[in-house]
Amino acid sequence: MSAARKLACVALVAVCVVSLAAQWLAPSGYAKQFRESPNSSPTRKHLLGTDEIGRDRFARVLYGTRISLLLAPAAALISTLLAALVGGLAGYLGGIWLRLATSLTDLFLSLPWLFLLITVRALLPLNVSPLASVLITFLILGLLGWAASARVLCTSAQSLRTSDFIVQARASGLHASRLFFVHVLPNLKPVLYAQFWISIPVFILSEANLGILGLGVAEPLPSWGSLLRELEGLMSLREEPWRLVPLVLLIIVMTSFQMVLSKEEVAA
Amino acid sequence: MLLWRVARHLLAIVGMALLGGLLSATLVRLAPGFDTDEHELDPSLSAESVHALRESRAGEQNVLRYYTDYLKGAVRGNLGVSHTLGQPVQRLLRDRWPVTLRVAGIGLLLGWLLATALAFGVSLSRLSAYEILGTTVSGAFLCIPAAVLALLSVILNAPGYLAIALIVFPKIYRYSRNLLAKAYAMAHITAARARGLGEMRILMWHVLPTAGPQMIALAGITVSIALGASIPVESLCGLPGIGQLAWQAALARDLPLLVNVTVLVTLVTLLSNSGADVIIHMVRSREA
Repeated sequence: MSAARKLACVALVAVCVVSLAAQWLAPSGYAKQFRESPNSSPTRKHLLGTDEIGRDRFARVLYGTRISLLLAPAAALISTLLAALVGGLAGYLGGIWLRLATSLTDLFLSLPWLFLLITVRALLPLNVSPLASVLITFLILGLLGWAASARVLCTSAQSLRTSDFIVQARASGLHASRLFFVHVLPNLKPVLYAQFWISIPVFILSEANLGILGLGVAEPLPSWGSLLRELEGLMSLREEPWRLVPLVLLIIVMTSFQMVLSKEEVAA
Repeated sequence: MLLWRVARHLLAIVGMALLGGLLSATLVRLAPGFDTDEHELDPSLSAESVHALRESRAGEQNVLRYYTDYLKGAVRGNLGVSHTLGQPVQRLLRDRWPVTLRVAGIGLLLGWLLATALAFGVSLSRLSAYEILGTTVSGAFLCIPAAVLALLSVILNAPGYLAIALIVFPKIYRYSRNLLAKAYAMAHITAARARGLGEMRILMWHVLPTAGPQMIALAGITVSIALGASIPVESLCGLPGIGQLAWQAALARDLPLLVNVTVLVTLVTLLSNSGADVIIHMVRSREA
């Protein structure tokens, strides 16, 4: 493992641990309003100051990081499983199934990702509880984000279908479902793992985009999207630099995700 | 052969765009609260007016019937009327398309210029300092959400196309840098270098013909990326283009507008991808 990769792993673990310890590091919570000090600058009590309604920004960053870092992998898991099901099966079965899956993935990929995401999210109820909004946002990411991974898995499954050991297993009379689950799927594991890992930063960025456009996680629950939305009120970057902390944290996490995945794994 | 390829692409594009339109119409129809219209809450409206409002939307209840009527109208050049903006969709698209074309077009051009200049510079110089600079800059922009770049362009008073340029730049740089690195690693290039061929000659005669087709394919994909990026950029920068229209249509669940925008976006995306494919085919057949 290279030094850069080790550093990225340490950064990711550190951010995860700190965000999981949010209730101890920021006992005031993400929703408590300090009405006597709205829009305050960083102090010993509020390390990153407070927002316009007096909520502790440090607490919101920690809790927001926790939500984004816990749910993006969950959404990535859903999308990777869907991709394995659609792409893996279609590539393995071939024929009409392959054509159907290819058309379906083409249809999903012919629409820009952000356009598809915004359209579907806007069509679902926006006036819901914060918890429901979190679930809706990340479920949409998981259910819509499978197409690109499915295409990669389809190609891998297709090449596996014609490989010698599968042909031999088929010739020896192995049942199709056993062949798929015991021989094809385990061989797709490196690709599945790479697709899962690649999807996490994509979903974190997508949630941030949705949040900034007002279609993400509902208030008072924080997420990186809603935290970055605060930049809207900024008049200049020098004015209140501590408001850029969520952006800096996001860049650190995203860079770490990119560095953790080796080139070989991305190529797989 | 080429004509057959173009015809096949066109057929696939039309089919896919129609499917995309049907998909968006179905999504809008199935969306919770589709039947409700906030205008009905207006206390100044009489019962007859509310009834007339409901009647005007009755045709949208059955998705397939609505979509067939829409297609019939589209053939005659009638794309319907936007519910929220109260204007013919055709006029809205005609008025807003030039804004998106300008913003996304200049952004794409700038992004390509930046990325290819950096990628070629890094490849030609073969200096690790440039390599690290390129990777760091592109990596940093890759980590920033499109909407944040749009917000930063508002804060810094920068034009919207700069945000689009910075959104597409890292993707183009990373991909073209990899392509160039692979091309430069080929044995015949090492041999050409050993024989003392100039760097420019190697680039123009040996590297570009190898990496060119895939870069053309990338050009097709970046159109789709720029179009997607135009939604947050136009919405947050207040630019009245197709991206802003798409956002408004989605938020207002404006069925006629959303179906038309989806068909348009799908058409542009597929046309750019297929255009790139046809160009690659032409280049390769000329080489053969």
